[in-house]
Order: sequence, then structure tokens, then C-alpha cells
Amino acid sequence: MLKMEKRDRNLLIIVTLMLVFAPFLLNPFPEGSVMAQFNAGYPDLMQRFVIFGIFAIGFNILFGLTGYLSFGHAIFLGVGSYAAIWMMKLLTMNVIPAIIMAIVISGIFALVIGWISLRRSGIYFSIITLAFALMSFALAYSVLTPITGGETGLQPKAADLRILDAPLAAGSTPRANLFGLEMSSSYKLEIGNWLFTFSAGYYIAAVMLLLSFYLSIRIFRSPFGMMLRAVKSNQQRMNYTGLNPKPYTLAAFVISGMYAGLAGGLMVAMDTQVGPERMFWTASGEVVMMTILGGAGTLIGPVLGAGLIKYMENIISKINASILHEWFYWLPDGLENLLVTVIYPFIGKGWHLTLGIIFMLVVIFLPGGLVEGSQKIGALIRRKLDRGKDKAKSSKSTKPAE
Amino acid sequence: MSILEIKNVNMRFGGLQALDDVNLNVVENTVHAIIGPNGAGKSTLLNVLVGKLIPDTGSVMFDGKSVLGRAPYEINQMGISRVFQTPEIFGDLSVLENMMIPCFAHRDGAFELNAVASVTSQKDIIAHAEHVLEEMNMAEKRHMHASALSRGDKRRLEIGMCLAQEPRLLLLDEPTAGMARADTNNTIDLLRQIKDERDITIAIIEHDMHVVFSLAERITVLAQGKPLVEDTPDNIKGHPKVREAYLGESADT
Repeated sequence: MLKMEKRDRNLLIIVTLMLVFAPFLLNPFPEGSVMAQFNAGYPDLMQRFVIFGIFAIGFNILFGLTGYLSFGHAIFLGVGSYAAIWMMKLLTMNVIPAIIMAIVISGIFALVIGWISLRRSGIYFSIITLAFALMSFALAYSVLTPITGGETGLQPKAADLRILDAPLAAGSTPRANLFGLEMSSSYKLEIGNWLFTFSAGYYIAAVMLLLSFYLSIRIFRSPFGMMLRAVKSNQQRMNYTGLNPKPYTLAAFVISGMYAGLAGGLMVAMDTQVGPERMFWTASGEVVMMTILGGAGTLIGPVLGAGLIKYMENIISKINASILHEWFYWLPDGLENLLVTVIYPFIGKGWHLTLGIIFMLVVIFLPGGLVEGSQKIGALIRRKLDRGKDKAKSSKSTKPAE
Repeated sequence: MSILEIKNVNMRFGGLQALDDVNLNVVENTVHAIIGPNGAGKSTLLNVLVGKLIPDTGSVMFDGKSVLGRAPYEINQMGISRVFQTPEIFGDLSVLENMMIPCFAHRDGAFELNAVASVTSQKDIIAHAEHVLEEMNMAEKRHMHASALSRGDKRRLEIGMCLAQEPRLLLLDEPTAGMARADTNNTIDLLRQIKDERDITIAIIEHDMHVVFSLAERITVLAQGKPLVEDTPDNIKGHPKVREAYLGESADT
């Protein structure tokens, strides 16, 4: 089926199941309970998981396979978003042209930026992409204000041209849709104290993630993917084996830029607005962290990394002092206050501190990211089981000898 | 017939005349060794041949076509493969994958955007790669990580990768440098076997006289950027100029 190895097919099936059942899986705690704030199963956050997952999958095709570390990939996220908004302003609120244009335009930007940046490798490549990130932000923020809306950004208005759609009544808000199905529409399911939300936008983004993930598997297992790993491993040998590394890396750069464009287009489809901060260089740094945290060069790693970072950003940042007091109310007053004081800097707005510490721990102890971590745990369990079996065997085999 | 013609090649680095009017012909299907003391210009000459350096003057023709000004990968695609002094392989990839890459280069050229076909479906490439691995006696190591191979095996793999491209000229840069005697002898045997079994020209740059005299049919002695003599191994052995270049002025004592 789908021309894949068994292992990859299983991974794809697991990812599919997780995406389909995410509204349940991410909402394990009943409404109103103390733990309910750890629920992540609301549409806004689930959409972000999926969109940043796509962004990180694409980034991993460049960074994970070729080793070229770009600090400018949020440019393509932003370009994709602006392209999508303009499609919604000029053509239709249907998300399909918006997403297609987001991919195409960001691909063109990636071709130009990649062609220039890839004249150098290693740290110099990274610095050039960083310079592009800074310039792109400046362009979006001020220089190109007529196109980008400057500081305030852009959003579709009722009075926009929109040649394919019927005109909207003045004052009404244009809503992104897929042939009439609004992105923001959702179906709520109540089971006991649990409330599950199934959002149209989320499932459309999830389908895009699945397609992106499937394509990424194919690229990883293709001769092209092998060449990209060869670029990372030894460019000298590649050159002297009659292979030109440059078009390979450029192709990887453009493909990953198009992934970022798709993510940007989906962001606009889910929430019809864009501002220049989307392409600020810290956003580029974020996708680097997602990829490394999850496991650069692995298939599923970037998705896990994106999920973890977005989860922390949204959940840890929501914890405040009174919630901490609620957790530790059973401790003696002095100890309770001490503990709250110690933990307080790491929650709320301080979630970056927690993230930073986790990131450092992972890079130092698990250079292969979360994927390596889970593999190590898996191996440990298997060894324990094997030892158990061996013991059972040896005790059985020795018994008759006694 | 000469497959490689080097004419009046000069190369200067600042005050150093690295190559001083070098003229050299390599005859097709021979093993030609280039020897000389340190700093004689052997590596510079090799780097000119593979496109890493462009000489100040002169011409280098391979099979009637100039190689000057072409990128290393283009020269490789013309039929010149190079083995490095320290083996250059793809350390992060498996031995079989290492061997498949030159097979792809041989079949598809310098660039091919083959991003959706699966590697495992490339039966001809896999068969070709496994065939060469068997020739190199490395078939049972095909799933090993290339970086885990021994030094001698890395060398075999690198030579195999070059052969997989079916080059017309194989350039070897001190292929036995830093090797134990046993590995050196294995490499000599391997090269002799390659020479006997294939239509291939081998140019070898070497320090180790044992290797040179066991393999070469022609020898050029390079000293201070100039070819001193070119002759058969037997004549080179006792040549006074060679002894002088290697041992210095007082060679007669």
C-alpha cells in the first residue's frame, strides 16, 4: 500500500489515528476539574499543533537531512500568510486558492533566498539566512506597508474586491471556508463531564499534515533523500563522485520553504489575519528548537517537538500564582509559599525558562531529541524483558539438572 | 595512446613555484606512478587534474578534452575518479548506501530530482552496488555504518566506490599512507587485481617505494615542481638523479 516499508506505514497509521482522535486524546481531564487546565483539546491549540508540525516537518527536510541550519524559515511562513490573505482579499474566502498561492509564492521566495544563501555553508549560511530574516521583517513592518499593512498587518474586509465571491453586506466579517464549510465551525460532543470539540479547521489542517508527512516519508526514502544525507555526510566525496551538491541542497531548501508556506497559508485559513511579527527572526529560531527537541533527521521528531513547544507555550503560560497555591494548599503555609516562590518564575510568562531548561537537558543528554529518548526507553524495556525471559529459561533448564 | 596529456603546466603560490613547466603523458591502460620527495608538487599536480586548482598556464587534456576550468564533479563525470590520502567516504551512511551513491551518479548524472521513487525500488542500482561490494569482498559488511569500518576497509570501500562509476582513469593519492604492512599488501593486491581485470588507467601518487615498484609500469619522478625523469621501474631504481632528489646532494657517499 502506498509503496512504503512496513515500518513507515505503521508510523503513518499511528499518526493518522492520533490526528483523527486528537480531540479525545488531548482532552483527558473532565471539565471543571483541577487538571482541566492541562487539556489541549480545543480547536485553536490543536490547529497550532498541526500547523507548526507541518512547518517543522518541512524544516527537517532541509536541516535534518542536509545539515544546513537556516535561521530564516519564518520568512516563508510569513510570505505564505501574506499570499493567502491577498488571495482572500482579491479572489475568494475559499481556502484552496489561498493555500495554493501560499505554497507557490513562498517557493519562489525560497528559490531566490536559497540560491543566494547556499553560496556558503556552515555558519556563514546560517548568518546569511538570519540577515534575510531581519530584512524580511523590516520590509514587512515598514518598507512594504502598502502590500503588508505594516505594523497592523492585514485582514480580509467586507469591502474587499473578492471577484469570485458574492459581495458581503457592509459591516459583516468575511469568514474563511472550504466550499461553504466555515473553518471556525465545530461540533461539540458532551460525554459525562467531558466536552470534546471537533473543529472543521482542525481536520482540514490535519489532512494537510498527513499529506505533508507522507510526502516527507517518500522524500526520506528516495534517492533524492539519500543524496541529501550524502550532502550532510561528506560534500567533498560527493563532488568527487560526480555529483553536484548545490542543486540538491537548493531543492531541499525550496521544498522546506514551500512546507513553511503551506503552514503560513493554513494559519491564515484558521485565523484570517497576519502581522509582520510572524516572520520575526525568533519565529525562525522556534522551528529550529522544535526540530532539535523532537529529533532532527527523524521522521516523527519534528512533529513531537512542535507539539511539545506549542503545548508548553499555551499551557504552562496559563498557570499563575493562585493555581500554584491551589496545588500546594495541603502543605504547611511556610513551605507552600516557599515552593510557590521557587516555581513561580518558571510558569506564566516565565514558560520560556522552563522551555530553555528542557531544551538544554535534551541537547546535552539526548542529542537525538525526544525520538532518541523514546528509543532508549524502548531498548531498556526490551532488555529488561529479555533478561526476564533468559532468567525464566535458565531457571527452567537448570531445574532438571538439580 | 595517451589518455592524459599535461602540457607546460605552471602553478605559483606566492613565492613558491609549485609546478614548474610540467609535461607528462599517461598512456591508456597502464599504471603510472608519480613519485618525489615532500614538497615536490605531487599533490598540487593531482589537484590540478581533478579541478580543485586551476594552473596559471598550460593545458591538461583528458581523452582529447580539456579539464581546466571544470568543477570537480564535471571532471569526475568525464571519467576521472579520485581516491584520497585519508579515505573520504560517507561516514553517516551504510556501506551499501555508500556504494549506491556512485551508482546513481553513474546512471543519472550530476543531478537528478528523484524525490518520490523509493530507494528500494531501484533494483538495477542495488544489484550494481552489491556486485561491486562482492568484488571488494565486502558483501557481508553491507549493512554496517561506514564510519565503523577499519581503515583498510574504508580504503577498499573508497576504491570500490570509484570503480562503481567505471572510470577510465583512477587517481590514487598515497593510497597506503598510514597503513600497516598487511593492509598495504592487501591494497597492492587489490590494485593489481583491478588492473588485470579492467580496462582502466591508474595514476598513483605514492611515497612508499614498495608500493610503487610492485605496481607501476611507468614512473615519473617529480622534484621541486619539475619532472626529473620518466622511465620504467627498473631504470628508475638505479637512476643517479632520483637518488639525488631523494637523498640530497651527498647521495654518492
